[in-house]
Amino acid sequence: MSNEEAPKDYKESLIHLEYQYTAGSATTTFLNQVKEGRLVGQSCPKCKAVYVPPRGSCPRCGVATDIEVPLTDKGCIESFTVVHIPIPGNPIVPPYICAQIRLDQANISFLHLVQDIETDQIRIGMRVQAVWKPKEEWTHSLENIKWFAPIDEPDVDVSTLRFQSS
Amino acid sequence: MNDVKNALLEAPFELSYKYKRSSGPVMSKFFEGLSNKKILGTKSAAQKVFAPAAEYDPQTREALKDFVEVGPGGIIESWSWVNKPRPHHLIQTPFAFALIKLDGADTAMLHMIADCEEPEVAIGKRVSPVWSDAPEESITDIKYFSVDS
Repeated sequence: MSNEEAPKDYKESLIHLEYQYTAGSATTTFLNQVKEGRLVGQSCPKCKAVYVPPRGSCPRCGVATDIEVPLTDKGCIESFTVVHIPIPGNPIVPPYICAQIRLDQANISFLHLVQDIETDQIRIGMRVQAVWKPKEEWTHSLENIKWFAPIDEPDVDVSTLRFQSS
Repeated sequence: MNDVKNALLEAPFELSYKYKRSSGPVMSKFFEGLSNKKILGTKSAAQKVFAPAAEYDPQTREALKDFVEVGPGGIIESWSWVNKPRPHHLIQTPFAFALIKLDGADTAMLHMIADCEEPEVAIGKRVSPVWSDAPEESITDIKYFSVDS
């Protein structure tokens, strides 16, 4: 134990897991599109709900979601949190904003960063758009989007985003 | 969609958490003992000896503070042979995980038996610890147990 401050009976512990992640067909299709700068969800043939990122099936209806739905990279903030505490190994310097982004037409949201705004100015319902990395840096990852930034459009009343089966 | 199944995306993924934890007053003594090549157990009021040291008697909830030295040898109570060690195993040649009841103890301790062939391992056989040259107050201060000849 090199650190003299640490009590004698404190020991380093390490949990380490290595695995091979297989994306599956829905995520593979989605990420192949993301690599080309497109966001393509899937919709349920029964309830018409649009999922992005798609997982290949509708949890509500239990059927495969094989209808592809091209989406815009605009949406609104469904929920957010301002992170003040640094996480070891995370290169992003606090404070920063993590938000659930609901893309237009989609029925679920996903987690991403929001920047180009002061942390005390963010609000639920705010309109945002993806800020993409330069095309030559695009890979099979949602990190192709650096973050979402506010756009000059009126806020959305998020209560209207509740899913209604058609 | 036809080609998708043939070209599923894959990526290696590593998850790791590093943290510091306290062993507590009882286990700290146990680990300190190991660094001095001593295996310590704890004894209950009913004279039951737990080894490795236990903080409480699971049956009576009695807090155990009475340390006794056990072993260092013991007998194999149960074992499982690992023919092809995985990368995370501490021993990279074929070995056994075993429950070893140390001399003087009433409970068994999980450790490894190595430096032997599978047919040499059997329930009831005597084993002795092989100590590490670089003790660090850890269960690995016992490198493994070897089967007595």
